[in-house]
Amino acid sequence: MTPSADLAVVGAGPAGLAAAVTAADRGLRVVLLDAGERPGGQIHRHAAGQAHPPSLHGRRHFAPRARRLAAHRRAGRVTHLPAHHVWTVVPHDGADGAWALHAVAGPDEAPATVHARTVLLATGAYERHLPFPGWTLPGVVGAGGAQALLKSGLVLPGRRVVVAGSGPLLLAVAGSLAAAGARVPAVVEAADYTAYASGLPTLLRNPGKLAEAALHGGTLLRHAARLLTRHAVTAAHGTTRVEAVTVTRLDRDWRPVPGTSRRVPCDALAVGHGLVPQLELATGLGCATRRTPDDTPALVVDADQATTVPGVWAAGETGGVGGADLALTEGEIAADAIAHALRGTPRDPRRTAALTRRRARLRAFADTMAAAHRPGPGWTGWLDDTTEVCRCEEVTAGRVREAVADLGAHDARTVKLLTRAGMGWCQGRMCGQAVARLAGEPPAPDRRPLSCPVPLGHLAAPPTTDPTDRGARA
Amino acid sequence: MTPHRFTFDGTPLTAVPGQTLAAALWAAGITSWRTTRHRRAPRGAFCFIGTCHDCLATVNGRPNQRACLLPVRPGDTVTTQEGTGHDPVR
Ligand SMILES: Cc1cc2nc3c(=O)[nH]c(=O)nc-3n(C[C@H](O)[C@H](O)[C@H](O)COP(=O)(O)OP(=O)(O)OC[C@H]3O[C@@H](n4cnc5c(N)ncnc54)[C@H](O)[C@@H]3O)c2cc1C
Ligand code: FES
Repeated sequence: MTPSADLAVVGAGPAGLAAAVTAADRGLRVVLLDAGERPGGQIHRHAAGQAHPPSLHGRRHFAPRARRLAAHRRAGRVTHLPAHHVWTVVPHDGADGAWALHAVAGPDEAPATVHARTVLLATGAYERHLPFPGWTLPGVVGAGGAQALLKSGLVLPGRRVVVAGSGPLLLAVAGSLAAAGARVPAVVEAADYTAYASGLPTLLRNPGKLAEAALHGGTLLRHAARLLTRHAVTAAHGTTRVEAVTVTRLDRDWRPVPGTSRRVPCDALAVGHGLVPQLELATGLGCATRRTPDDTPALVVDADQATTVPGVWAAGETGGVGGADLALTEGEIAADAIAHALRGTPRDPRRTAALTRRRARLRAFADTMAAAHRPGPGWTGWLDDTTEVCRCEEVTAGRVREAVADLGAHDARTVKLLTRAGMGWCQGRMCGQAVARLAGEPPAPDRRPLSCPVPLGHLAAPPTTDPTDRGARA
Repeated sequence: MTPHRFTFDGTPLTAVPGQTLAAALWAAGITSWRTTRHRRAPRGAFCFIGTCHDCLATVNGRPNQRACLLPVRPGDTVTTQEGTGHDPVR
């Protein structure tokens, strides 16, 4: 199947879904591709066996757009391709569009190609992880992962779950776990909420967001969860499954304070340190990136959500982590702009002004949060030499430090070549941030020739790919 | 809806239709279904969103399937994956 379209949207989360239905409203022919089976992205998850995501946000924002998507599909304006993981986007010289998107489709990993005149990258984010001794034990799971397991799998990660790391997502996760019946003995946050004080005016301009936080706080209080700020889980203990964690006080640089550790028994740990935009399709195309206040790379976009590569737009977390409301807003702005660029569709100035104001307000809020939760350099103090930094290749902190100190590696790339850290299945998504820090540089934007493992046969097919220099794996 | 039946290392288990393999195993109290290549350490699911590849399982003889993304199908035979999943049986 090779449908050709005015617009190909990669990612059916809040940003991509909003963009696809808005673009179709404006008369564009849209192809919407997503690696997942159902639209909704990382936030609107369908519980196994149920038709709709149950949350309030889901009912208010997701359900109406999902209905519009269904109507556009029936009318043939949107082709929705679920279970299509796009592994590369390349320029395409043809009457049927300027871009070719190559995907692997379904459990059988069949090849699929889509051609389109424009592309919108709405590929969202994944969780940032900082390693600590014991983090590879079964029962230690991502904080967002715990949320995913609960929302779609209807399963709790454990009965007694410590929630730890940094960022606003922790409160949401702890709240859902507690509400679903888990005991949450502690929520362990590495940052200090007083850091929010510097962004007070921004916070006050976002009453909805504060109400959300208060709601999570209220849920936690009801379930007697203790919130420990400027603390971290610095080790997980157990043999075949986590049995306890060590919680330690941190100084303002996130360095563990000696003599302040205590053990907290638990049967699961949900841990995450914020989100990192998923950028490999964009960087593969040459889109420029910037650094957000928490030091993560994000795409540079203009007022219309256009990237620095003509014909390629971006919306949602790809342009900087900022939550579902911001993602929706950016998706709508991008769709209006693309319809204007392709067809000259006039833009309603009042709508544009309202969307632009909303985006500015939410983006400022996101930047305040990011600055408050930016990882301090002292976290490397909770690694010992035997801690695995790279989960895939089982490379320890000791080996990475040796590569830096004894072998003279001063960047993540050299460390990778010397130790294989970041060369495994996840392509450095789990350890990239940590390895960069250990090598003494800020984390670089994602560069992965392939967004996911691709069967070798597919690599041979597209004319622009050379399987020999793509580090392919069968 | 009637649950889907499947087996893990020969043990009969059930999954809610639409549930991923990782969620179904976790619900049954199974939190690891792979051993790593070098240290032979146990691993199960970590990120639950398809990113980390910790959750690789062998399903119906096919290794390296991400259990956190794969919906259970009736009759699936799931086995613990040792190392790369392509190792000779020892
Ligand atoms: C694990 C996790 C849990 C979260 N839990 C919560 C929560 O409980 N509450 C909350 O408020 N926020 C949560 N967030 C944040 C929230 O998901 C985002 O703020 C919001 O979804 C952003 O929308 P988006 O459209 O930018 O991206 P996403 O919702 O992340 O959507 C991106 C979509 O792109 C698809 N995709 C990515 N790459 C490709 C590719 N190469 N080919 C095809 N498809 C691709 C993905 O499958 C996904 O559906 C969570 C985030 C993560 C990562
Ligand atoms: S648990 Fe991370 S890929 Fe499945």
